[in-house]
Amino acid sequence: MAEAAIELIGINKSFGAVRANRDIALEIPRGTIHGIIGENGAGKSTLMSILYGFYQADSGEIRVNGKPTNIKTPNDAIAVGIGMVHQHFMLVENFSVLENVILGAEGEALLKKSIAKARSELHRLEDEYGLEVDPDALIEELPVGLQQRVEILKALYRGAEILILDEPTGVLTPAEADHLFRILQQLKEQGKTVVLITHKLREIMAITDNVSVMRQGTMVATRKTSETTVEELAELMVGRRVLLRVEKGEAKPGAVKLAVKNLTVRDSRGVTMVDDVSFDIRAGEIVGIAGVAGNGQSELMEAVSGIRKAVSGTVMLDGTPIDLTGQADPGELRDRGLAHVPEDRHHVGLVLAFDESENSILGYHDKPQYLKGPFLNLDAIQKDAQEKIEKYDIRPANPRLKTANFSGGNQQKIVLAREIEQDPGVLIVGQPTRGVDVGAIEFIHRRLIAMRDQGKAVLLVSVELDEIRSLSDRILVMFAGRVVGERGPETSEGELGLLMAGVEHKEAAE
Amino acid sequence: MSTPYAKLPAWADYGLIPLINLLVAFAVAGLVVLLVGENPLRAAVILVEGAFGSGQGIAYTLFYATNFIFTGLAVAVAFHCGLFNIGGEGQAYIGGLGIAIVVLSFDSTLPWWVVFPLAIIASALFGALWALIPAYLQAKRGSHIVITTIMFNFIAASVMVYMLVNVLKPMGSMAPQTRQFLEGGQLPKLGWLLAEFGLKVRPSAPLNISFLLALVMAFLVWVLIWRTRLGYEIRTYGFSSKAARYAGISEPRIIIVTMLISGALAGMMALNPIMGDQHNVPLDFVSGAGFVGIAVALMGRSHPAGIVPAAILFGMLYQGGAELAFEMPNISRDMIVIIQGLVILFAGALENMFRPTIQGIFASISPGSVGITATKGERA
Ligand SMILES: Nc1ncnc2c1ncn2[C@@H]1O[C@H](COP(=O)(O)OP(=O)(O)OP(=O)(O)O)[C@@H](O)[C@H]1O
Ligand SMILES: [Mg+2]
Repeated sequence: MAEAAIELIGINKSFGAVRANRDIALEIPRGTIHGIIGENGAGKSTLMSILYGFYQADSGEIRVNGKPTNIKTPNDAIAVGIGMVHQHFMLVENFSVLENVILGAEGEALLKKSIAKARSELHRLEDEYGLEVDPDALIEELPVGLQQRVEILKALYRGAEILILDEPTGVLTPAEADHLFRILQQLKEQGKTVVLITHKLREIMAITDNVSVMRQGTMVATRKTSETTVEELAELMVGRRVLLRVEKGEAKPGAVKLAVKNLTVRDSRGVTMVDDVSFDIRAGEIVGIAGVAGNGQSELMEAVSGIRKAVSGTVMLDGTPIDLTGQADPGELRDRGLAHVPEDRHHVGLVLAFDESENSILGYHDKPQYLKGPFLNLDAIQKDAQEKIEKYDIRPANPRLKTANFSGGNQQKIVLAREIEQDPGVLIVGQPTRGVDVGAIEFIHRRLIAMRDQGKAVLLVSVELDEIRSLSDRILVMFAGRVVGERGPETSEGELGLLMAGVEHKEAAE
Repeated sequence: MSTPYAKLPAWADYGLIPLINLLVAFAVAGLVVLLVGENPLRAAVILVEGAFGSGQGIAYTLFYATNFIFTGLAVAVAFHCGLFNIGGEGQAYIGGLGIAIVVLSFDSTLPWWVVFPLAIIASALFGALWALIPAYLQAKRGSHIVITTIMFNFIAASVMVYMLVNVLKPMGSMAPQTRQFLEGGQLPKLGWLLAEFGLKVRPSAPLNISFLLALVMAFLVWVLIWRTRLGYEIRTYGFSSKAARYAGISEPRIIIVTMLISGALAGMMALNPIMGDQHNVPLDFVSGAGFVGIAVALMGRSHPAGIVPAAILFGMLYQGGAELAFEMPNISRDMIVIIQGLVILFAGALENMFRPTIQGIFASISPGSVGITATKGERA
């Protein structure tokens, strides 16, 4: 075995009563790709944050290239060649890509000079790794998929030798993920070390050399990837056997519940993101929208749920038409039984500074059961939050804990619980299992199918082709703002992939 | 690379850091005192004694604090909505106009306890209206509220000069101010309350029942922000405008409503000097209280429980500073303003100056005590 790039010895970290890491020992050989998996809240991000200097361990030792190293701040980590791509992006939203990449590494006193230098360096990195992003685009205008690329560029720009990626593929399509993996493979060939946290066991099997499994703060096993199986890993993570396939019966579609007509949406720069799209969803069916990130799915969802103004279009909810062009009001749509689980849970679906119970009423805070006159009915809100926590197994089970302190998967459950438990007629879900562990995915998928079986209409947008195929009763494929095809769930990945790449669309147009 | 703020234990956050900021402010102020050839320690003693050493001093300190509680609350409410209301000064000034109208109409016929509620409403209403226009411009036109509220301070000053000189000044008088209020326009003093504690207070001491009103408003602001649906919406918008939009909270509405409340609180400040002390509406009676409110809100972390002590601290600086200028010939009134400015600088504007160091120290003594808060920088 090669010399260890990183050695962690006896790492402990507690947050109040929560022991996020207990006595963690881990050795990562140089020049390998090392996977770390574990349930939501198992302590993966915490461990990596300790390595990257965001947190200080309560006790324990970090050795980098054999040398005991004291990493107190991210700058210390960067200095010893550790780079990190965070689970939750750390980008300045109203800065351009270029500005974000050089932020904190400006180097020169004059910004102009370093920007010019950065631009050429960025071009080199982009060419070398095929990470294409418009260097002058503003972050807030980029879809999550592209923001991710910026994060990776940022770490590479700082010359990281050891690259930590915390759930990098959560928002990528399989094709994009493959692309990322080729980059990681290339990095490995150049002798760099990659630590990859992911919930997707498929990825672990495809790319890692070794894999470590965490559960409830402890490191339960480390395996050579070639000597283990997906089933073994899933069981090690969750502590029980996990059903990796979705089980669902036949759909029994009823009347049309949600009809979207002639929807056109432009972004703030005036680029048409959704181009005259119409479709129906019936009661009792799940319609999935497949597409490469950035092809209008996000804007479609935002317009239909009323948080983004459309250029044209209406939505019929149970036969009542609602105009989406004027001051479309998400509150009104919600009142009419349309619930929305947004893709971007951090900025849209949650207020991270609120405690869990406050978030559990976001958007429903004007419902009489949560109010006493103009006052919040705190008892009712707490009780309600507690019930959801139990039903959705949100951990830690503390409605007063600040939402920012929940792990990614548990934050997602907070949003899902809020939206599903209001018993809406129509549910629009974006990336429902982004960053969610296998056990919870199983749970969320079951809930979505239960919604369908209760006669609700579900619109599912996901970059996970697997997820789309296994949950949807019908699949719409979006490319460049248009619906370019409708397919059944049994359609092969290859065929969908071609549609998503716009292949058939082009042929049809010629 | 963005370094997130580590979270400190509450006692350090709310106690230690303000204390350190204060000590540094006083240390620098001490240097200034040294420079003009006075003994900083003696100056400190005079300052504190002047503010708290006698019943009379305490009455003055609390009188000034009353002003700062109102304006501090005004700034804090807007803060929670992510708005920076610099217009407290103008809103308070215009609030005085509302009071003038009510009191001049009724002080000869009605007792104070009827006039007072009417004056409260009038001051709040006028202050709110003065905040409405900047709020509307922000909500509908995107004109930045910081700029517009500053401009409105100037407009308010001009309006009041005009009103006092041309409209409200009694015939034949040379002073640009209203006539003296009659009994119905004079608020009861609170000197007796201090006398209960065995302190000696002259009847002229300006502390009056506006102070109690300020405390009530502090409590009501707490209720509003943390216990009502409106407060929930204000905080949601303040943390994330995208989340507010998602939650169906109307952006123009929440901005306007919040600014109305903020302006009303600022407007009510006028009650204290006008009805409580001077018994007329003179020029420039706000005299900077609107701006001190910004420092008070910053220092009090926008929480009423922090704002009240912060306001008392600034009240002490005002009162003790006056004593100091009196006792030490080398220290002029302007020096006092410098010292106040230093406190504002360190306690307010440079609030985050020592934070990283203190967090670093905490992190190295007890790593378990700090964790990341994601709240910083999450406002889009
Ligand atoms: N700053 C914090 N304060 C309090 N508790 C925290 C904090 N950060 C993390 N935790 C808790 O520590 C535990 C581990 O969290 P961590 O984010 O490391 O999990 P994870 O394995 O990365 O999960 P996920 O797969 O959902 O991202 C969780 O119970 C979480 O709620
Ligand atoms: Mg994590």
